[in-house]
Amino acid sequence: MSEVKKTKYLNPYVGGVLLGLVLLAANFVSGRGLGASGAIKSAVVTTVSSVMPSHVENSAFYTEYKESHPGNPMKSWLVFEMIGVLIGGFLSGAFAKRLKFKVEHSPKITSKRRIMFAVLGGILFGFGSQLGRGCTSGSALSGMAVLSVGGFLTMAFIFGTAFALAYFFRKNWI
Amino acid sequence: MGPLIVNEIISPNTNLLIAMLIGIGFGFVLESSGFSSSRKLAGMFYGYDTTVLKVFFTAAITAMIGLLFFSLFGWIDLSYVYVNPTYLTSAMVGGAVMGAGFIIGGFCPGTAFCALSIGKLDALAFVGGLVLGIIFFTEGYPMWEDLYKANFMGTPTMNELLDIPRGIFALGLILAAFAMFWVGEWAEKKFPREEY
Repeated sequence: MSEVKKTKYLNPYVGGVLLGLVLLAANFVSGRGLGASGAIKSAVVTTVSSVMPSHVENSAFYTEYKESHPGNPMKSWLVFEMIGVLIGGFLSGAFAKRLKFKVEHSPKITSKRRIMFAVLGGILFGFGSQLGRGCTSGSALSGMAVLSVGGFLTMAFIFGTAFALAYFFRKNWI
Repeated sequence: MGPLIVNEIISPNTNLLIAMLIGIGFGFVLESSGFSSSRKLAGMFYGYDTTVLKVFFTAAITAMIGLLFFSLFGWIDLSYVYVNPTYLTSAMVGGAVMGAGFIIGGFCPGTAFCALSIGKLDALAFVGGLVLGIIFFTEGYPMWEDLYKANFMGTPTMNELLDIPRGIFALGLILAAFAMFWVGEWAEKKFPREEY
């Protein structure tokens, strides 16, 4: 494999600098980092509050959440940021002609298996992001930029665990 | 002068508008870097594609250096910038659960939204899983509340923990990142595979 491979993607170091500048802008303008899982939590809280208001009043989690997050949970920084992510991702995909409905998976597995694993992985990631107070964006990346000990720790455990378990799930990817 | 919102240079609504613009930049860069492909992301853990490592650490050190210089020039007051609190136990356990979710599901929340925006249906399934996982956490909250709040350390930073100047820690992290990039480039040559 000595020939130069053509890539359809941005140079990763250029992409990294650009992403770093986006993160710097978030800190400079809004005094905070990027995030993702928090926006889904806002949507969950809003939905549960409107569907089952009495449940919310009796729940330990919602009581604490409402105390620390006054106001409408959908009018939050992260919700607006994630709407932007959908627009930005779509624009990049449109320019690069990558817009297409598909299930991406290794040829060794079926689409159904891929979807089942995606749901399972999502459940774990969703749960872990709540326990760890943020995901790869909010806790690991943004935490590292401000040198938070928690951010570094979470980053090390996310990547460390994924590496440690990679062997068992290799068929899904390679 | 910065952060602009804390110093009331912009209004709360302008802040939300800018949040959306920042999100557009975030999503655009993730997608152009290939983070909309789960097989490309998973490549990180098999050595055939270390884009995640390169983008992630380049971004972290860029933002870190930016904050350091902005602070030096007096453009930003770092004491008003949010520093993620450290809860020792939940940072580790939560991180480990997320790591398992990453290798099983092939995305993290941000990259799943990015992949969803170009039509990846596995990303849609992953986002559905995220919602279920979050509901599971909120509904069972009394069961893990102790774990969630255990070993709170405040908001320490790495340089405070090691008792060295911020700049020295930053320099060390940059050198460590360069060493990892070198290993990444080596791994991609050693485990070559067609790009997904």
